[in-house]
Amino acid sequence: MANLKEVKGRIQSVTSTQQITKAMKMVAAAKLRRAQDRITQMRPYSEKLTGILRNVTSSVSDNLENEYAVVREVNRVALVVVSSDKGLCGAFNSSVFKAAVSLLKTKYKEQNEFGGVTIIPLGKKAMEFFKKRNYKVDTKYWDIFSNLSFDEVRPVAEHLMEAYKNGDFDAVELVYNEFKNVATQVLKVEKFLPIEPSEIAEGSTSNSNAIDYIYEPSKEFIVKELIPKSLKIQVYKATLESNASEQGARMTAMDKATDNAGELLKELKLMYNRTRQAAITKEILEIVGGAEALKSS
Amino acid sequence: MYLEIITPDRKVFEGEVDAATFPGSDGSFQVLNNHAPIISSLAKGDLIYKTKEGSKILIVDGGVVEVRNNHVIVLAESVE
Repeated sequence: MANLKEVKGRIQSVTSTQQITKAMKMVAAAKLRRAQDRITQMRPYSEKLTGILRNVTSSVSDNLENEYAVVREVNRVALVVVSSDKGLCGAFNSSVFKAAVSLLKTKYKEQNEFGGVTIIPLGKKAMEFFKKRNYKVDTKYWDIFSNLSFDEVRPVAEHLMEAYKNGDFDAVELVYNEFKNVATQVLKVEKFLPIEPSEIAEGSTSNSNAIDYIYEPSKEFIVKELIPKSLKIQVYKATLESNASEQGARMTAMDKATDNAGELLKELKLMYNRTRQAAITKEILEIVGGAEALKSS
Repeated sequence: MYLEIITPDRKVFEGEVDAATFPGSDGSFQVLNNHAPIISSLAKGDLIYKTKEGSKILIVDGGVVEVRNNHVIVLAESVE
């Protein structure tokens, strides 16, 4: 049987690990609340924006020509992979990477073979993962989560839109975790560019009680102004969702870790007590044996 | 009329105002009570609104404004 001191040492180390995981769970819970608040704060903006956009597009004639809706032959692709900065959050990051890699092996296989795929990682983990595997990586934007706000995300979206307009990319996809609830994240692969015209005009037909707005300077101009805005919001939303998912994933992972540590502690304590008891029994036997020996002599 | 100024990060202002002046793409314009429904895009410039406490100036970095039934909603990407 293991010796007493060894078991005691292990109990101590497991106890301190449990304290850490417990604390991390608490921190993740607090951060999750903040992440959810951010999503709630963004919602009125995005809802109003789509509302206005629908309103305008419903009355614009069908020729919704836009520089972001041009469909070209797909030669160069950008994949935006949203991960976390820190680990210890279960399968959160690996599921995103798996999805991104499988995209590279199936849908964008050809493009990947001649180096037409650029990975744009958001979050430190994705940056490290793709850099280590020698993918073509644009590392300019990975650090957005240390201080997540719309102003941080905006340049990323603007860069993507600009590159698409210039023909540097023919398609852009977002890979991220969507927040469903604390325990579940839904992996999402979303087409970012080109936008599909139906997407903008979606639901516009039901607008029978449309108000007769004055459009200043013109409908077409407003549509042109609004589309980039809603694209930026799409990227921002992806990062917020991913951020909330990360905290949720970490919370569940740490909760499990705390439980496991508890179980391990129970086992170790049992072992400790058994060993201690065995040692005492052995000692008593020795004393009794010694006394017997003295008596008989 | 009721004015709301919203950015993706927060609600900058919300409340009753007497008048509001916007930096429209084709020049500045003012909205008073009972304005006709309008949707206008905004250029970078000063947004001035007047409440009972006095008027306040914000700088918006482009955006869009919707006026409808004395309810004014400003969507801007950043406001200072």
